[in-house]
Amino acid sequence: MADGMMTQAALNILDISGVTKCFSFNGEPILALEGANLAVRKGEFVCLIGPSGCGKSTLLRMIAGFETPSEGRLSMWGAPVSGPGPDRGMVFQDYGLFPWLSVARNVGFGPAARGRPRAEVEATIKRFVDMVGLTRFADAYPHQLSGGMKQRVAIARVLANEAEVVLMDEPFGALDAMTRENLQRELLEIWERTRLTVLFVTHAIEEAILLADRIVVMSPGPGRIVADELVSLPRPRDPTDPEFNALRRRFSALLGSHH
Amino acid sequence: MISGRGRAIGLSLAAPLLFLAFWHLSTAGQPFSLIPPPLEVGRQLWDLTFGGVWDDLYSATLLEHALASVGRVYGGFLLAAALALPLGMLIGRVALVRSLLDPTLQLLRPIPVTAWLPLAMIVFGIGPRSAFFLVFLGAFYPILVNTVFGVRSVEGRLFEAAAMLGVSPSAVFWKVVLPAALPSIFTGLRLGLGFAWVVIVVGEMTGVQTGLGAIIMEARQLSRTEIVISGMVVIGLLGFLSDALVQALGRRLLRWSPQHG
Ligand SMILES: Nc1ncnc2c1ncn2[C@@H]1O[C@H](COP(=O)(O)OP(=O)(O)OP(=O)(O)O)[C@@H](O)[C@H]1O
Ligand SMILES: [Mg+2]
Repeated sequence: MADGMMTQAALNILDISGVTKCFSFNGEPILALEGANLAVRKGEFVCLIGPSGCGKSTLLRMIAGFETPSEGRLSMWGAPVSGPGPDRGMVFQDYGLFPWLSVARNVGFGPAARGRPRAEVEATIKRFVDMVGLTRFADAYPHQLSGGMKQRVAIARVLANEAEVVLMDEPFGALDAMTRENLQRELLEIWERTRLTVLFVTHAIEEAILLADRIVVMSPGPGRIVADELVSLPRPRDPTDPEFNALRRRFSALLGSHH
Repeated sequence: MISGRGRAIGLSLAAPLLFLAFWHLSTAGQPFSLIPPPLEVGRQLWDLTFGGVWDDLYSATLLEHALASVGRVYGGFLLAAALALPLGMLIGRVALVRSLLDPTLQLLRPIPVTAWLPLAMIVFGIGPRSAFFLVFLGAFYPILVNTVFGVRSVEGRLFEAAAMLGVSPSAVFWKVVLPAALPSIFTGLRLGLGFAWVVIVVGEMTGVQTGLGAIIMEARQLSRTEIVISGMVVIGLLGFLSDALVQALGRRLLRWSPQHG
């Protein structure tokens, strides 16, 4: 027992070593990602930033198990990732909700699909629908929700499914500024409460500094990880703070120098 | 203020009423009109339904004919659905079945249903079985084509969402494909049933004893134009009711779909 816990503490929740992904497009090979190394500890909030086409989505989709690496190793708690699974929940930019299910049924989809007892599913639904503030909309269908509400459902859906790692690919990219700020705040609250491990892809430097424990900077052609830095500002963070600004300049420079 | 619903009903009745008025004015009181005036058709319709006006061979026979047609329409339609739904799902989801059957089915599809009638009469003989076959064929393709379309056009994202939530590959069909395809499948069923009503009349016009198509054809030979028109009116009404029923069902089943709910 103590032994097991020792191993868990010593292991990284995610280990990515030497991961390369090559697509072929019209017969030509495209190197989407080359030699990526990344180790993520349990409970970390990691942001991936980088210009368009640098392989952020590709990396996330490989961790999710939707794509397989062309080279390298990708493991969770030391076990190789071999396909999608409920331990790694994904929040898509375009939500990916099931339009024929109500908010409640979308949230309960994972537990129900995995054969959890009915009463447990109902309790889980209630807990997570409440957590994302959609209690009044539990019976609404996705087409009746705003973008922000849909993304709340998508987040609740992976939380309800007991995902240990939450993979988020520009989840707030399609939302207006005010909704985005609210969701960023709520996501941080949820993360602080649940101590999930979050991998969050974004274009926006400010969003990354606001959220992350650690920021991984990528550059394109071919996609590579070029920097990996901790953000030690105390939370809640204030974008008008001079230290915040200093970080913003630092990451701008990191991004710019690799263009 | 008239309520929105009342207004909609009023507006939808305007055109038929105008048409009835025009029909009446251009036929009533004319000694040699080919088309009988609406009131005479109304009287005939009453006699067909309840009897007591002419008391001839046709009096009070409407129910019998209508039931015969309804039975063939729904029988042929249900048989078509029972075959086209699973076949469409297989063609849509299983590449092998698709390569095996799709080309043949696509080749047969352009042949109009009515062009099958002579062959059907040769094979099934003159009688209700040909009509039944025609209805089946008429309903089959709309259901098949829309089912294939529905199960093939499921958004890829939904498969990813299901996989990351822990749905096993064998459960994906029931949990994702089928519900996602339901609006399309439903459209196919609705079109198929509508088509069944179109085809039944043609099918019954060839030596069948009962059925609305049969009395229309028979009445034409006897120059009973009021009966011809009465038969048309009843077919129209039954087709309309049957479509309204299917739509009501769809609204219940597809409440989640912005196009149906
Ligand atoms: N399925 C695919 N087939 C072929 N090429 C692909 C595929 N997916 C991604 N690519 C290529 O891989 C590279 C990286 O794509 P990726 O989507 O990971 O970038 P990204 O960093 O997420 O960009 P963005 O910020 O615009 O979302 C691109 O050049 C893209 O064209
Ligand atoms: Mg991307």
